[in-house]
Amino acid sequence: MTNDNRRYLFGPKLVASFLVFLVMFAIAMVLGAADTSLRDVWMALTTRAAGEKMSLLREIRLPREVAAIFVGSALSVAGAIMQGMTRNPLADPGLLGLTAGANAALAITIALIPTANYLGIMVACFIGAAIGALLVFGMGSLKKGGFSPLRMVLAGSAVSAFLYAVAEGVALHFKVSKDVSMWTAGGVVGTSWSQLQIIIPFITIGIILAVILSRQLTILSLSEEGAVGLGQKTMLIKTILFIVMILLAGASVALVGNMAFIGLMIPHLVRPLVGTDYRYIIPMSAVIGAAFMLLADTLGRTVNAPYETPVVALVAVLGLPFFLFIVRKRGKSFL
Amino acid sequence: MARLYTEDLSIGYGERLIVKTLSVQIPDKKITTIIGSNGCGKSTLLKAMTRIISHQGGTVILDGESISKENTKVLARKMAILPQTPESASGLTVGELVSYGRFPYQSGLGRLTKKDYEAIDWALEVTGTKEFKYRPVDALSGGQRQRVWIAMALAQETEIIFLDEPTTYLDLAHQLEVLELLQKLNVEQDRKIVMVLHDLNQAARFADYMIALKDGQVVKAGRCEDVMKPDVLKKVFQIDAEIGRDPRTNKPMCITYNLAKGE
Repeated sequence: MTNDNRRYLFGPKLVASFLVFLVMFAIAMVLGAADTSLRDVWMALTTRAAGEKMSLLREIRLPREVAAIFVGSALSVAGAIMQGMTRNPLADPGLLGLTAGANAALAITIALIPTANYLGIMVACFIGAAIGALLVFGMGSLKKGGFSPLRMVLAGSAVSAFLYAVAEGVALHFKVSKDVSMWTAGGVVGTSWSQLQIIIPFITIGIILAVILSRQLTILSLSEEGAVGLGQKTMLIKTILFIVMILLAGASVALVGNMAFIGLMIPHLVRPLVGTDYRYIIPMSAVIGAAFMLLADTLGRTVNAPYETPVVALVAVLGLPFFLFIVRKRGKSFL
Repeated sequence: MARLYTEDLSIGYGERLIVKTLSVQIPDKKITTIIGSNGCGKSTLLKAMTRIISHQGGTVILDGESISKENTKVLARKMAILPQTPESASGLTVGELVSYGRFPYQSGLGRLTKKDYEAIDWALEVTGTKEFKYRPVDALSGGQRQRVWIAMALAQETEIIFLDEPTTYLDLAHQLEVLELLQKLNVEQDRKIVMVLHDLNQAARFADYMIALKDGQVVKAGRCEDVMKPDVLKKVFQIDAEIGRDPRTNKPMCITYNLAKGE
Protein backbone atom coordinates (compact mmCIF):
# COMPACT_ATOMS: atom_id res chain seq x y z
CA MET A 1 0.00 0.00 0.00
CA THR A 2 1.40 3.33 -0.99
CA ASN A 3 0.59 5.54 1.89
CA ASP A 4 2.80 8.50 1.21
CA ASN A 5 1.34 11.82 0.38
CA ARG A 6 3.11 12.62 -2.84
CA ARG A 7 1.91 16.18 -2.87
CA TYR A 8 3.93 17.17 0.18
CA LEU A 9 7.04 15.27 -0.76
CA PHE A 10 7.18 16.60 -4.27
CA GLY A 11 9.31 19.65 -3.46
CA PRO A 12 12.16 17.73 -1.80
CA LYS A 13 12.05 15.11 -4.53
CA LEU A 14 12.33 17.73 -7.23
CA VAL A 15 15.25 19.36 -5.44
CA ALA A 16 16.93 15.97 -5.03
CA SER A 17 16.59 15.17 -8.71
CA PHE A 18 17.89 18.60 -9.56
CA LEU A 19 20.98 17.84 -7.49
CA VAL A 20 21.40 14.55 -9.34
CA PHE A 21 21.12 16.54 -12.53
CA LEU A 22 23.80 19.00 -11.40
CA VAL A 23 26.17 16.20 -10.45
CA MET A 24 25.52 14.57 -13.80
CA PHE A 25 26.24 17.85 -15.53
CA ALA A 26 29.54 18.20 -13.67
CA ILE A 27 30.54 14.65 -14.58
CA ALA A 28 29.59 15.18 -18.19
CA MET A 29 31.65 18.35 -18.34
CA VAL A 30 34.72 16.83 -16.71
CA LEU A 31 34.89 13.48 -18.48
CA GLY A 32 35.84 13.24 -22.10
CA ALA A 33 38.57 12.76 -24.64
CA ALA A 34 40.48 15.81 -23.45
CA ASP A 35 41.82 15.78 -19.94
CA THR A 36 40.02 18.35 -17.83
CA SER A 37 39.42 18.76 -14.14
CA LEU A 38 36.44 19.99 -12.15
CA ARG A 39 38.47 23.15 -11.50
CA ASP A 40 38.89 23.76 -15.23
CA VAL A 41 35.17 23.36 -15.73
CA TRP A 42 34.42 25.78 -12.93
CA MET A 43 36.88 28.28 -14.35
CA ALA A 44 35.46 27.94 -17.84
CA LEU A 45 31.92 28.50 -16.62
CA THR A 46 32.49 31.29 -14.14
CA THR A 47 35.51 33.24 -15.34
CA ARG A 48 36.78 34.65 -18.58
CA ALA A 49 40.06 32.77 -18.29
CA ALA A 50 41.52 32.03 -21.72
CA GLY A 51 43.41 29.01 -22.95
CA GLU A 52 42.99 25.90 -25.07
CA LYS A 53 41.21 23.94 -22.38
CA MET A 54 38.91 26.82 -21.65
CA SER A 55 37.85 27.28 -25.22
CA LEU A 56 37.45 23.54 -25.66
CA LEU A 57 35.15 23.45 -22.68
CA ARG A 58 33.25 26.55 -23.69
CA GLU A 59 32.95 26.03 -27.41
CA ILE A 60 32.75 22.26 -27.78
CA ARG A 61 31.79 20.48 -24.63
CA LEU A 62 29.46 23.00 -23.06
CA PRO A 63 27.19 23.48 -26.09
CA ARG A 64 27.10 19.75 -26.52
CA GLU A 65 25.98 19.15 -22.96
CA VAL A 66 23.53 22.03 -23.08
CA ALA A 67 22.05 20.39 -26.15
CA ALA A 68 21.83 17.10 -24.27
CA ILE A 69 20.02 18.83 -21.40
CA PHE A 70 17.43 20.49 -23.58
CA VAL A 71 16.85 17.52 -25.83
CA GLY A 72 16.53 15.20 -22.87
CA SER A 73 13.98 17.49 -21.25
CA ALA A 74 12.11 18.16 -24.47
CA LEU A 75 11.73 14.52 -25.46
CA SER A 76 10.76 13.42 -21.95
CA VAL A 77 8.11 16.11 -21.64
CA ALA A 78 6.85 15.40 -25.16
CA GLY A 79 6.59 11.72 -24.24
CA ALA A 80 4.71 12.52 -21.03
CA ILE A 81 2.26 14.73 -22.92
CA MET A 82 1.66 12.02 -25.50
CA GLN A 83 1.13 9.37 -22.86
CA GLY A 84 -1.38 11.58 -21.09
CA MET A 85 -3.23 12.75 -24.14
CA THR A 86 -3.58 9.35 -25.78
CA ARG A 87 -3.91 7.50 -22.46
CA ASN A 88 -1.34 5.24 -24.03
CA PRO A 89 1.55 4.14 -21.83
CA LEU A 90 3.58 3.23 -24.92
CA ALA A 91 3.46 6.68 -26.44
CA ASP A 92 6.79 8.17 -27.45
CA PRO A 93 7.63 10.76 -30.11
CA GLY A 94 9.93 8.21 -31.74
CA LEU A 95 7.37 5.43 -31.70
CA LEU A 96 4.37 7.39 -32.90
CA GLY A 97 5.74 8.92 -36.06
CA LEU A 98 6.77 12.40 -34.95
CA THR A 99 10.48 11.78 -35.23
CA ALA A 100 10.18 10.01 -38.57
CA GLY A 101 8.01 12.82 -39.92
CA ALA A 102 10.48 15.47 -38.84
CA ASN A 103 13.25 13.35 -40.30
CA ALA A 104 11.54 13.09 -43.71
CA ALA A 105 10.82 16.81 -43.73
CA LEU A 106 14.45 17.46 -42.93
CA ALA A 107 15.66 15.33 -45.85
CA ILE A 108 13.21 16.95 -48.24
CA THR A 109 14.23 20.42 -47.12
CA ILE A 110 17.94 19.72 -47.47
CA ALA A 111 17.35 18.23 -50.90
CA LEU A 112 15.06 20.89 -52.32
CA ILE A 113 16.24 24.04 -50.55
CA PRO A 114 19.97 23.54 -50.00
CA THR A 115 20.25 27.14 -48.86
CA ALA A 116 17.74 26.73 -46.03
CA ASN A 117 19.08 28.13 -42.79
CA TYR A 118 18.79 26.53 -39.41
CA LEU A 119 15.51 28.18 -38.56
CA GLY A 120 14.04 26.99 -41.85
CA ILE A 121 15.13 23.45 -41.17
CA MET A 122 13.62 23.58 -37.73
CA VAL A 123 10.30 24.82 -39.07
CA ALA A 124 10.39 21.99 -41.60
CA CYS A 125 10.93 19.59 -38.70
CA PHE A 126 7.86 21.01 -36.92
CA ILE A 127 5.72 20.51 -40.00
CA GLY A 128 7.12 17.03 -40.56
CA ALA A 129 6.51 16.01 -36.96
CA ALA A 130 2.93 17.24 -37.20
CA ILE A 131 2.31 15.31 -40.42
CA GLY A 132 3.87 12.16 -38.99
CA ALA A 133 1.74 12.37 -35.85
CA LEU A 134 -1.45 13.11 -37.78
CA LEU A 135 -0.81 10.11 -40.05
CA VAL A 136 -0.42 7.81 -37.06
CA PHE A 137 -3.43 9.22 -35.21
CA GLY A 138 -5.41 9.02 -38.44
CA MET A 139 -4.50 5.39 -39.05
CA GLY A 140 -5.12 4.55 -35.43
CA SER A 141 -8.62 5.97 -35.54
CA LEU A 142 -9.63 4.34 -38.85
CA LYS A 143 -10.91 1.28 -37.14
CA LYS A 144 -13.60 1.44 -34.52
CA GLY A 145 -12.18 1.61 -31.01
CA GLY A 146 -8.91 2.18 -32.80
CA PHE A 147 -6.82 3.89 -30.17
CA SER A 148 -5.65 0.73 -28.44
CA PRO A 149 -2.08 1.26 -27.31
CA LEU A 150 -0.54 -1.54 -29.32
CA ARG A 151 -2.42 -0.67 -32.48
CA MET A 152 -1.15 2.88 -32.19
CA VAL A 153 2.39 1.60 -31.89
CA LEU A 154 1.86 -0.64 -34.92
CA ALA A 155 0.48 2.28 -36.89
CA GLY A 156 3.43 4.29 -35.62
CA SER A 157 5.99 1.81 -36.83
CA ALA A 158 4.27 1.45 -40.22
CA VAL A 159 4.13 5.21 -40.72
CA SER A 160 7.68 5.61 -39.43
CA ALA A 161 8.99 2.94 -41.80
CA PHE A 162 7.26 4.70 -44.66
CA LEU A 163 8.59 8.12 -43.69
CA TYR A 164 12.12 6.86 -43.18
CA ALA A 165 11.92 5.29 -46.63
CA VAL A 166 10.81 8.64 -48.01
CA ALA A 167 13.75 10.32 -46.30
CA GLU A 168 16.19 7.74 -47.63
CA GLY A 169 14.73 7.89 -51.12
CA VAL A 170 14.89 11.65 -51.26
CA ALA A 171 18.39 11.67 -49.84
CA LEU A 172 19.60 9.11 -52.37
CA HIS A 173 17.88 10.72 -55.32
CA PHE A 174 19.23 14.16 -54.59
CA LYS A 175 22.58 12.79 -53.45
CA VAL A 176 22.37 14.47 -50.08
CA SER A 177 22.54 11.30 -47.94
CA LYS A 178 25.66 12.45 -46.22
CA ASP A 179 24.23 15.81 -45.22
CA VAL A 180 21.01 14.23 -44.03
CA SER A 181 22.69 11.54 -42.00
CA MET A 182 24.91 14.13 -40.39
CA TRP A 183 21.73 15.68 -39.05
CA THR A 184 19.88 12.57 -38.12
CA ALA A 185 22.62 10.38 -36.68
CA GLY A 186 21.13 10.96 -33.26
CA GLY A 187 23.81 12.68 -31.28
CA VAL A 188 24.76 15.99 -29.84
CA VAL A 189 28.20 15.95 -31.45
CA GLY A 190 29.20 19.23 -32.96
CA THR A 191 26.31 21.28 -31.63
CA SER A 192 27.16 24.94 -31.88
CA TRP A 193 26.01 27.91 -29.88
CA SER A 194 24.35 29.38 -32.95
CA GLN A 195 22.14 26.31 -33.29
CA LEU A 196 21.31 26.36 -29.61
CA GLN A 197 20.36 30.02 -29.77
CA ILE A 198 17.64 29.24 -32.26
CA ILE A 199 16.34 26.05 -30.70
CA ILE A 200 16.47 26.69 -26.97
CA PRO A 201 13.73 29.34 -26.99
CA PHE A 202 11.31 26.92 -28.67
CA ILE A 203 12.06 24.12 -26.23
CA THR A 204 11.85 26.49 -23.27
CA ILE A 205 8.47 27.83 -24.38
CA GLY A 206 7.31 24.27 -24.99
CA ILE A 207 8.28 23.10 -21.52
CA ILE A 208 6.79 26.16 -19.81
CA LEU A 209 3.51 25.64 -21.66
CA ALA A 210 3.59 21.97 -20.69
CA VAL A 211 3.99 22.86 -17.02
CA ILE A 212 1.16 25.40 -17.20
CA LEU A 213 -1.11 22.88 -18.90
CA SER A 214 -0.16 19.94 -16.72
CA ARG A 215 -3.33 20.10 -14.65
CA GLN A 216 -5.41 20.10 -17.80
CA LEU A 217 -3.39 17.12 -19.02
CA THR A 218 -4.17 15.10 -15.90
CA ILE A 219 -7.88 15.71 -16.36
CA LEU A 220 -7.64 14.79 -20.01
CA SER A 221 -5.73 11.65 -19.11
CA LEU A 222 -8.61 10.47 -16.92
CA SER A 223 -11.26 10.50 -19.60
CA GLU A 224 -12.52 12.72 -22.34
CA GLU A 225 -16.03 12.90 -20.88
CA GLY A 226 -14.73 13.61 -17.42
CA ALA A 227 -12.67 16.48 -18.78
CA VAL A 228 -15.70 18.03 -20.47
CA GLY A 229 -17.72 17.54 -17.30
CA LEU A 230 -15.14 19.44 -15.29
CA GLY A 231 -15.44 22.35 -17.65
CA GLN A 232 -12.37 21.85 -19.80
CA LYS A 233 -12.39 23.17 -23.35
CA THR A 234 -11.04 19.85 -24.55
CA MET A 235 -10.60 20.69 -28.24
CA LEU A 236 -8.65 23.83 -27.41
CA ILE A 237 -6.49 22.11 -24.81
CA LYS A 238 -5.77 19.14 -27.05
CA THR A 239 -4.80 21.43 -29.90
CA ILE A 240 -2.40 23.42 -27.72
CA LEU A 241 -0.91 20.25 -26.24
CA PHE A 242 -0.48 18.85 -29.73
CA ILE A 243 1.38 22.00 -30.79
CA VAL A 244 3.58 21.86 -27.70
CA MET A 245 4.39 18.25 -28.47
CA ILE A 246 5.30 19.13 -32.07
CA LEU A 247 7.48 22.02 -30.87
CA LEU A 248 9.38 19.82 -28.46
CA ALA A 249 9.78 16.79 -30.71
CA GLY A 250 10.49 18.85 -33.84
CA ALA A 251 13.10 21.00 -32.14
CA SER A 252 14.77 17.89 -30.76
CA VAL A 253 15.04 16.29 -34.18
CA ALA A 254 16.42 19.50 -35.63
CA LEU A 255 19.06 19.42 -32.92
CA VAL A 256 20.02 15.76 -32.64
CA GLY A 257 18.05 13.72 -35.13
CA ASN A 258 16.38 10.47 -34.18
CA MET A 259 16.20 9.60 -30.57
CA ALA A 260 13.51 7.11 -29.63
CA PHE A 261 12.74 5.68 -26.20
CA ILE A 262 13.68 8.66 -24.03
CA GLY A 263 10.14 10.01 -24.23
CA LEU A 264 8.84 6.56 -23.40
CA MET A 265 11.22 5.75 -20.58
CA ILE A 266 11.57 8.89 -18.55
CA PRO A 267 7.88 9.45 -17.64
CA HIS A 268 7.68 5.80 -16.61
CA LEU A 269 10.77 6.16 -14.45
CA VAL A 270 9.27 9.27 -12.91
CA ARG A 271 5.82 7.85 -12.07
CA PRO A 272 6.97 5.58 -9.24
CA LEU A 273 8.61 8.64 -7.69
CA VAL A 274 5.85 11.21 -7.92
CA GLY A 275 2.68 9.36 -8.85
CA THR A 276 0.53 9.88 -11.90
CA ASP A 277 -0.51 13.48 -11.58
CA TYR A 278 0.98 15.32 -14.53
CA ARG A 279 1.52 18.39 -12.37
CA TYR A 280 4.36 16.39 -10.86
CA ILE A 281 5.27 14.20 -13.83
CA ILE A 282 6.00 17.05 -16.25
CA PRO A 283 8.55 19.04 -14.20
CA MET A 284 10.13 15.86 -12.88
CA SER A 285 10.41 14.40 -16.38
CA ALA A 286 12.11 17.57 -17.57
CA VAL A 287 14.79 17.29 -14.86
CA ILE A 288 15.29 13.53 -15.00
CA GLY A 289 15.22 13.56 -18.79
CA ALA A 290 18.02 16.11 -18.86
CA ALA A 291 20.09 14.10 -16.37
CA PHE A 292 19.51 10.90 -18.32
CA MET A 293 20.55 12.43 -21.61
CA LEU A 294 23.72 13.79 -19.99
CA LEU A 295 24.46 10.31 -18.71
CA ALA A 296 23.85 8.77 -22.12
CA ASP A 297 26.06 11.29 -23.86
CA THR A 298 28.83 10.90 -21.29
CA LEU A 299 28.71 7.13 -21.71
CA GLY A 300 28.78 7.60 -25.47
CA ARG A 301 31.97 9.58 -25.17
CA THR A 302 33.72 7.37 -22.65
CA VAL A 303 32.82 3.68 -23.02
CA ASN A 304 34.90 3.29 -26.13
CA ALA A 305 37.12 6.38 -25.96
CA PRO A 306 38.57 7.92 -27.97
CA TYR A 307 35.83 6.73 -30.33
CA GLU A 308 32.30 7.99 -29.97
CA THR A 309 29.61 5.43 -29.37
CA PRO A 310 26.39 6.79 -30.92
CA VAL A 311 24.09 7.99 -28.14
CA VAL A 312 21.05 6.84 -30.04
CA ALA A 313 22.42 3.30 -29.97
CA LEU A 314 23.07 3.47 -26.25
CA VAL A 315 19.58 4.79 -25.58
CA ALA A 316 18.08 2.08 -27.75
CA VAL A 317 20.04 -0.62 -25.96
CA LEU A 318 18.63 0.65 -22.68
CA GLY A 319 15.24 1.52 -24.08
CA LEU A 320 14.21 -1.66 -25.84
CA PRO A 321 14.25 -3.89 -22.77
CA PHE A 322 12.37 -1.14 -21.00
CA PHE A 323 9.72 -1.09 -23.70
CA LEU A 324 9.29 -4.85 -23.44
CA PHE A 325 9.10 -4.58 -19.67
CA ILE A 326 6.23 -2.07 -19.85
CA VAL A 327 4.35 -4.14 -22.41
CA ARG A 328 4.74 -7.17 -20.20
CA LYS A 329 3.81 -5.41 -17.00
CA ARG A 330 0.66 -3.83 -18.34
CA GLY A 331 0.15 -6.31 -21.12
CA LYS A 332 -3.47 -7.28 -20.75
CA SER A 333 -4.93 -3.86 -21.33
CA PHE A 334 -2.97 -3.27 -24.50
CA LEU A 335 -4.76 -5.39 -27.07
CA MET B 1 -41.44 25.11 -15.33
CA ALA B 2 -38.34 23.19 -14.28
CA ARG B 3 -34.95 24.84 -14.45
CA LEU B 4 -33.59 22.13 -16.70
CA TYR B 5 -35.47 20.95 -19.76
CA THR B 6 -35.00 20.02 -23.39
CA GLU B 7 -36.94 21.40 -26.31
CA ASP B 8 -37.29 19.42 -29.56
CA LEU B 9 -33.88 17.93 -28.94
CA SER B 10 -32.47 15.89 -31.83
CA ILE B 11 -29.18 14.08 -31.56
CA GLY B 12 -27.47 11.97 -34.17
CA TYR B 13 -25.48 11.96 -37.34
CA GLY B 14 -26.99 13.17 -40.61
CA GLU B 15 -30.20 11.32 -41.36
CA ARG B 16 -29.77 8.78 -38.57
CA LEU B 17 -31.12 10.44 -35.48
CA ILE B 18 -30.72 8.61 -32.18
CA VAL B 19 -32.90 11.07 -30.30
CA LYS B 20 -35.74 12.72 -32.19
CA THR B 21 -37.36 16.04 -31.28
CA LEU B 22 -37.43 15.13 -27.64
CA SER B 23 -38.91 17.53 -25.12
CA VAL B 24 -38.65 16.62 -21.48
CA GLN B 25 -38.50 18.40 -18.15
CA ILE B 26 -36.16 17.41 -15.34
CA PRO B 27 -37.95 18.38 -12.12
CA ASP B 28 -35.98 20.42 -9.58
CA LYS B 29 -34.62 18.88 -6.39
CA LYS B 30 -35.72 15.41 -7.42
CA ILE B 31 -34.12 12.15 -8.43
CA THR B 32 -34.92 11.40 -12.04
CA THR B 33 -34.13 8.09 -13.67
CA ILE B 34 -34.09 7.45 -17.39
CA ILE B 35 -35.03 3.94 -18.49
CA GLY B 36 -35.29 2.17 -21.81
CA SER B 37 -33.88 -0.77 -23.74
CA ASN B 38 -30.40 -0.84 -25.20
CA GLY B 39 -29.90 1.67 -27.96
CA CYS B 40 -33.01 3.69 -27.10
CA GLY B 41 -30.88 6.80 -26.71
CA LYS B 42 -30.88 7.17 -22.93
CA SER B 43 -27.12 7.55 -22.59
CA THR B 44 -27.10 9.78 -25.64
CA LEU B 45 -29.72 12.02 -24.05
CA LEU B 46 -27.69 12.21 -20.85
CA LYS B 47 -24.56 13.11 -22.79
CA ALA B 48 -26.35 15.82 -24.75
CA MET B 49 -27.82 17.33 -21.60
CA THR B 50 -24.32 17.53 -20.18
CA ARG B 51 -22.77 18.93 -23.42
CA ILE B 52 -20.45 15.92 -23.80
CA ILE B 53 -21.89 15.45 -27.26
CA SER B 54 -23.42 18.16 -29.36
CA HIS B 55 -26.97 18.03 -30.64
CA GLN B 56 -28.28 18.53 -34.15
CA GLY B 57 -31.53 20.29 -33.39
CA GLY B 58 -33.48 21.80 -30.52
CA THR B 59 -32.01 23.02 -27.27
CA VAL B 60 -31.16 22.04 -23.74
CA ILE B 61 -32.14 24.87 -21.39
CA LEU B 62 -30.65 25.34 -17.95
CA ASP B 63 -31.76 28.39 -15.95
CA GLY B 64 -33.14 30.03 -19.04
CA GLU B 65 -29.95 29.66 -21.09
CA SER B 66 -29.13 27.23 -23.85
CA ILE B 67 -26.25 25.10 -22.56
CA SER B 68 -24.49 25.22 -25.92
CA LYS B 69 -24.13 28.99 -25.48
CA GLU B 70 -23.04 28.83 -21.86
CA ASN B 71 -19.38 28.93 -20.84
CA THR B 72 -18.31 25.34 -20.19
CA LYS B 73 -16.55 26.18 -16.94
CA VAL B 74 -19.61 27.99 -15.60
CA LEU B 75 -21.66 24.94 -16.49
CA ALA B 76 -19.20 22.74 -14.63
CA ARG B 77 -20.12 24.63 -11.46
CA LYS B 78 -23.78 23.81 -12.05
CA MET B 79 -23.63 20.23 -13.24
CA ALA B 80 -21.30 17.32 -12.57
CA ILE B 81 -21.10 14.16 -14.61
CA LEU B 82 -20.14 10.66 -13.66
CA PRO B 83 -19.40 8.99 -16.98
CA GLN B 84 -20.27 5.36 -17.61
CA THR B 85 -17.39 3.18 -16.37
CA PRO B 86 -14.89 5.97 -15.82
CA GLU B 87 -11.54 5.02 -17.23
CA SER B 88 -8.85 3.89 -14.88
CA ALA B 89 -7.28 6.74 -12.99
CA SER B 90 -3.98 4.93 -13.55
CA GLY B 91 -2.52 5.39 -10.12
CA LEU B 92 -3.81 8.78 -8.99
CA THR B 93 -4.48 8.74 -5.29
CA VAL B 94 -8.04 9.15 -4.11
CA GLY B 95 -7.21 12.56 -2.67
CA GLU B 96 -5.63 13.70 -5.92
CA LEU B 97 -8.55 12.52 -8.01
CA VAL B 98 -11.18 14.10 -5.80
CA SER B 99 -9.22 17.36 -5.72
CA TYR B 100 -9.71 17.61 -9.48
CA GLY B 101 -13.39 18.08 -8.76
CA ARG B 102 -12.37 21.62 -7.80
CA PHE B 103 -11.07 22.26 -11.30
CA PRO B 104 -14.04 24.40 -12.39
CA TYR B 105 -13.30 26.85 -9.57
CA GLN B 106 -9.61 27.22 -10.24
CA SER B 107 -7.62 29.35 -12.59
CA GLY B 108 -3.99 29.52 -13.55
CA LEU B 109 -1.81 26.95 -11.90
CA GLY B 110 -4.62 25.98 -9.59
CA ARG B 111 -3.52 26.24 -6.02
CA LEU B 112 -6.16 24.78 -3.74
CA THR B 113 -7.71 27.26 -1.34
CA LYS B 114 -9.05 26.56 2.12
CA LYS B 115 -12.54 26.38 0.66
CA ASP B 116 -11.34 23.81 -1.88
CA TYR B 117 -9.86 21.63 0.84
CA GLU B 118 -13.09 21.88 2.80
CA ALA B 119 -15.11 20.78 -0.19
CA ILE B 120 -12.71 17.88 -0.85
CA ASP B 121 -12.75 16.71 2.76
CA TRP B 122 -16.50 16.96 2.91
CA ALA B 123 -16.85 14.94 -0.31
CA LEU B 124 -14.52 12.24 1.03
CA GLU B 125 -16.37 12.20 4.32
CA VAL B 126 -19.87 11.92 2.96
CA THR B 127 -18.94 9.17 0.49
CA GLY B 128 -17.05 7.25 3.16
CA THR B 129 -13.81 7.32 1.20
CA LYS B 130 -11.74 9.38 3.60
CA GLU B 131 -9.80 6.37 4.80
CA PHE B 132 -8.54 5.75 1.25
CA LYS B 133 -7.33 9.30 0.73
CA TYR B 134 -3.71 8.36 0.13
CA ARG B 135 -4.34 5.10 -1.70
CA PRO B 136 -4.23 4.80 -5.49
CA VAL B 137 -7.70 4.64 -6.99
CA ASP B 138 -6.66 1.56 -8.97
CA ALA B 139 -6.07 -0.41 -5.80
CA LEU B 140 -9.69 -0.10 -4.64
CA SER B 141 -12.63 -2.43 -5.24
CA GLY B 142 -15.27 -1.57 -7.80
CA GLY B 143 -17.71 -0.21 -5.25
CA GLN B 144 -15.09 1.86 -3.48
CA ARG B 145 -13.84 3.23 -6.78
CA GLN B 146 -17.34 4.22 -7.82
CA ARG B 147 -17.77 6.08 -4.54
CA VAL B 148 -14.49 7.90 -5.15
CA TRP B 149 -15.72 9.08 -8.54
CA ILE B 150 -18.92 10.22 -6.93
CA ALA B 151 -16.81 12.05 -4.36
CA MET B 152 -15.07 13.86 -7.19
CA ALA B 153 -18.43 14.87 -8.66
CA LEU B 154 -19.50 16.06 -5.19
CA ALA B 155 -16.36 18.12 -4.70
CA GLN B 156 -17.54 19.97 -7.77
CA GLU B 157 -20.34 21.32 -5.54
CA THR B 158 -22.94 21.36 -8.25
CA GLU B 159 -26.64 21.42 -7.85
CA ILE B 160 -27.18 18.75 -10.48
CA ILE B 161 -25.36 15.45 -10.74
CA PHE B 162 -25.68 13.26 -13.81
CA LEU B 163 -24.77 9.60 -13.63
CA ASP B 164 -24.66 7.10 -16.46
CA GLU B 165 -25.38 3.65 -15.08
CA PRO B 166 -23.53 4.17 -11.81
CA THR B 167 -24.19 0.61 -10.66
CA THR B 168 -22.71 -1.27 -13.60
CA TYR B 169 -20.18 -3.93 -12.61
CA LEU B 170 -21.06 -3.62 -8.94
CA ASP B 171 -22.48 -6.43 -6.85
CA LEU B 172 -25.85 -6.03 -5.16
CA ALA B 173 -24.68 -4.59 -1.85
CA HIS B 174 -22.44 -2.08 -3.57
CA GLN B 175 -25.21 -1.09 -5.96
CA LEU B 176 -27.45 -0.24 -3.03
CA GLU B 177 -24.64 1.53 -1.26
CA VAL B 178 -24.16 3.87 -4.22
CA LEU B 179 -27.86 4.46 -4.77
CA GLU B 180 -28.52 5.11 -1.10
CA LEU B 181 -25.69 7.60 -1.04
CA LEU B 182 -27.28 9.45 -3.94
CA GLN B 183 -30.64 9.36 -2.22
CA LYS B 184 -29.10 10.79 0.92
CA LEU B 185 -27.53 13.62 -1.04
CA ASN B 186 -30.85 14.37 -2.63
CA VAL B 187 -32.80 14.37 0.63
CA GLU B 188 -30.25 16.13 2.81
CA GLN B 189 -28.88 18.62 0.34
CA ASP B 190 -31.49 19.07 -2.34
CA ARG B 191 -29.14 17.91 -5.05
CA LYS B 192 -30.89 17.18 -8.28
CA ILE B 193 -29.87 13.76 -9.53
CA VAL B 194 -30.39 12.49 -13.05
CA MET B 195 -29.28 8.98 -13.87
CA VAL B 196 -29.58 6.26 -16.41
CA LEU B 197 -30.30 2.96 -14.73
CA HIS B 198 -30.55 -0.47 -16.23
CA ASP B 199 -32.45 -2.16 -13.45
CA LEU B 200 -36.12 -1.27 -13.66
CA ASN B 201 -36.91 -1.89 -10.01
CA GLN B 202 -33.95 0.09 -8.78
CA ALA B 203 -34.95 2.91 -11.10
CA ALA B 204 -38.43 2.96 -9.62
CA ARG B 205 -37.29 2.53 -6.04
CA PHE B 206 -34.88 5.43 -5.98
CA ALA B 207 -36.59 7.84 -8.34
CA ASP B 208 -39.15 10.55 -7.77
CA TYR B 209 -39.57 10.96 -11.47
CA MET B 210 -39.02 8.56 -14.35
CA ILE B 211 -38.53 9.02 -18.06
CA ALA B 212 -39.13 6.00 -20.30
CA LEU B 213 -37.55 6.19 -23.74
CA LYS B 214 -37.99 4.15 -26.88
CA ASP B 215 -36.29 4.84 -30.21
CA GLY B 216 -35.16 8.23 -29.05
CA GLN B 217 -38.57 9.43 -28.00
CA VAL B 218 -40.35 9.75 -24.69
CA VAL B 219 -42.97 7.07 -24.19
CA LYS B 220 -43.91 8.27 -20.77
CA ALA B 221 -42.47 10.69 -18.23
CA GLY B 222 -43.87 11.22 -14.79
CA ARG B 223 -44.16 9.83 -11.30
CA CYS B 224 -43.02 6.23 -10.83
CA GLU B 225 -46.62 5.10 -10.48
CA ASP B 226 -47.44 6.53 -13.89
CA VAL B 227 -44.43 5.05 -15.65
CA MET B 228 -44.35 1.63 -14.04
CA LYS B 229 -47.47 0.44 -15.82
CA PRO B 230 -47.94 -2.64 -17.95
CA ASP B 231 -48.85 -0.71 -21.08
CA VAL B 232 -45.83 1.60 -20.77
CA LEU B 233 -43.42 -1.25 -20.10
CA LYS B 234 -44.88 -3.21 -22.99
CA LYS B 235 -44.14 -0.34 -25.33
CA VAL B 236 -40.69 0.33 -23.93
CA PHE B 237 -39.29 -3.14 -23.31
CA GLN B 238 -41.69 -5.42 -25.23
CA ILE B 239 -42.51 -7.20 -22.00
CA ASP B 240 -45.75 -8.22 -20.43
CA ALA B 241 -45.15 -7.12 -16.82
CA GLU B 242 -46.93 -7.72 -13.56
CA ILE B 243 -46.67 -4.61 -11.41
CA GLY B 244 -46.99 -4.69 -7.64
CA ARG B 245 -45.77 -2.73 -4.66
CA ASP B 246 -42.46 -3.13 -2.93
CA PRO B 247 -43.55 -4.24 0.56
CA ARG B 248 -40.77 -2.24 2.19
CA THR B 249 -40.69 1.00 0.27
CA ASN B 250 -44.20 0.94 -1.15
CA LYS B 251 -42.76 1.89 -4.52
CA PRO B 252 -44.12 0.22 -7.66
CA MET B 253 -42.08 -2.75 -8.80
CA CYS B 254 -42.12 -5.25 -11.58
CA ILE B 255 -42.79 -8.57 -9.90
CA THR B 256 -42.53 -10.79 -12.90
CA TYR B 257 -42.67 -10.52 -16.66
CA ASN B 258 -42.86 -12.43 -19.90
CA LEU B 259 -41.97 -11.48 -23.40
CA ALA B 260 -44.89 -9.65 -24.89
CA LYS B 261 -46.64 -11.79 -27.53
CA GLY B 262 -47.74 -10.85 -30.97
CA GLU B 263 -45.10 -8.26 -31.83
